Amino acid sequence: MAEKSGYITGTQEAPPRVSEWRRFRRVFLSRGVVVFGLVVLVLVFFTAIFAHWLAPYDPYKPGVAKSLAQPSWEHPLGSDILGRDTLSRLIYGSRTALMVGFISVTAAGIAGVGLGVIAGYSGGAINLIIMRIMDAILCFPMLILALVMASVLGGGIWNVIIALSIATIPGYARVTCGLTLSLRENDYVLAERAMGSTNFRTMLRHILPNAFPPLIVLMTMQLGGLILAEAGLSFLGIGIEPPGAAWGAMVNSGYQYLLKNPILSFAPCISIMLVVFAFNMVGDGLRDALDPRLRGLL
Amino acid sequence: MTTYIIRRLIQALIVLIIVTLIVFFVMRLLPGDPIIIYVAQTAQLEAMPPEMIDNLRAQFGLDKPIMVQYVNWVAGIFRGDFGESIFYHEDVGKLMAERFPVTAHIGVLALIVGAILGVIAGLLAAIRRGKWVDKIITPLTYVGITIPVFFLAILMIYLFGLRLGWLPISGYTSPLEDFVKSTRQIIMPVVCMAVFGLAANARQMRSSMLEVTHQDYVRTAWAKGLSERMVIMRHAMKNSLIPVITLMGLGVGMILGGSVLVETIFAIPGVGRLMVSSILGQDYVVVQAITFVIATIVLVVNLIVDISYGWLDPRIRYG
Repeated sequence: MAEKSGYITGTQEAPPRVSEWRRFRRVFLSRGVVVFGLVVLVLVFFTAIFAHWLAPYDPYKPGVAKSLAQPSWEHPLGSDILGRDTLSRLIYGSRTALMVGFISVTAAGIAGVGLGVIAGYSGGAINLIIMRIMDAILCFPMLILALVMASVLGGGIWNVIIALSIATIPGYARVTCGLTLSLRENDYVLAERAMGSTNFRTMLRHILPNAFPPLIVLMTMQLGGLILAEAGLSFLGIGIEPPGAAWGAMVNSGYQYLLKNPILSFAPCISIMLVVFAFNMVGDGLRDALDPRLRGLL
Repeated sequence: MTTYIIRRLIQALIVLIIVTLIVFFVMRLLPGDPIIIYVAQTAQLEAMPPEMIDNLRAQFGLDKPIMVQYVNWVAGIFRGDFGESIFYHEDVGKLMAERFPVTAHIGVLALIVGAILGVIAGLLAAIRRGKWVDKIITPLTYVGITIPVFFLAILMIYLFGLRLGWLPISGYTSPLEDFVKSTRQIIMPVVCMAVFGLAANARQMRSSMLEVTHQDYVRTAWAKGLSERMVIMRHAMKNSLIPVITLMGLGVGMILGGSVLVETIFAIPGVGRLMVSSILGQDYVVVQAITFVIATIVLVVNLIVDISYGWLDPRIRYG
């Protein structure tokens, strides 16, 4: 997006030049909740990367505490029915959540953006076919589609990633297709083509970079939704295989002991909520800082 | 407008055909032979001679080429014949006719609650922008769109069900049978399903109200000397409601998707729970039918939303 603050319009005095990065940083960090989201995300990333140093116990090893222990100094969040330390499992669960989120968002992003650019740039029949298929996928609620796909592919974390990726492709394809349709009318695209650029080069060098800001916002916001969906699936028992740690599965197994040991379910629930909230807020902040015109659209 | 509706209908029909293709062919990728699963549930697999398995395969039409199977399946849908459940040994159409009203009962109530309360909350937050009402409502809407549905369910079960003992934590009774019991049972599920829509509607309503208040016709209404009530109800609110309508399409999808979790948690015999149990039991006939019906509902709701859009807002021109 072009920075317009350097323009001299009419008799108005030119505003002082601000670098793009500094303007971005000022707008992005201007809201408290966005900063809070950013801090949460940094902490969660840190936790996921250094899980094996941070976790006080082996998350998979039963019997490190007594069964369903209440929170104590040794086990700050207590333990589950098998005597596994809840805090350690929570820390390892952040890996699952972020891994599923990031791999799905990248896969869906690449596929969706590719399809969207092709549809928007080619127009005509190709556009029609691709976009109707996207419409059809959008008819399935994400959780239902992911549930069916994951069961067809047969559980497992990688199949959940595939299922969630497919379910979220249409969002990127739609946005990219719309952007491409308007971007390809620009003079610089015409100029590029007049110079004999191939279609592929035009798409890659001129359309994609300009479609980037809205897409990065969409991806950030999708991450929250993906983590929520992964939690929903693992809550239903689809996804990570035991003894692996996933927040949704932890909620489900703790649910049976809700009265005795509510923290077993509540701790992973709160983690999910914090991370989803953080991604949404950072997405909001990115949108305002990168392209405020997207307000209400994304 | 008429050409737009016709074009939109044709488009929806094409999407519907693609939906049937997706549902059918995705299900055929299922690991495991459905006939073997069927046999394993009814009789001793080892005791069954291969001819009998072939006979069964023919009985379910699974021996025919896949395109023929697809055409038969689609033709069956038109006759209202969704096949027979492998697990329940019952007509899937009948099974869904038992389960869908339950999901609809809760889902429609949730949709209504979410729409009415959401619009009111958004309206209040917008007209008292920056005041304490707004400062309470707006952060709550953030919580509403991020809270996992199962967290809300578990929190409510813990608080109102187990600690305070006010509400039953599971089960479903038809309202025709015992209205009071039925209502007590569905309060928590309805709230769970309504919260996301409520928060989303409130956010949308607030931002579109704030946008509308700067428009010339609203200023004119104020200048005419109309009361605040009249300006808001007659002029500002009407136009702000339009973007909220679009959210309805999204809301139906969210509720049908969420029913999978909510019905599992509250042990409600609706379509969502049937879906989960059929997936775990590899009852592909049922999964296929439910997935198709849910996608069709979402498609039709979105179609209605799109068409009513032009009717509600005459400024929108369709090329």
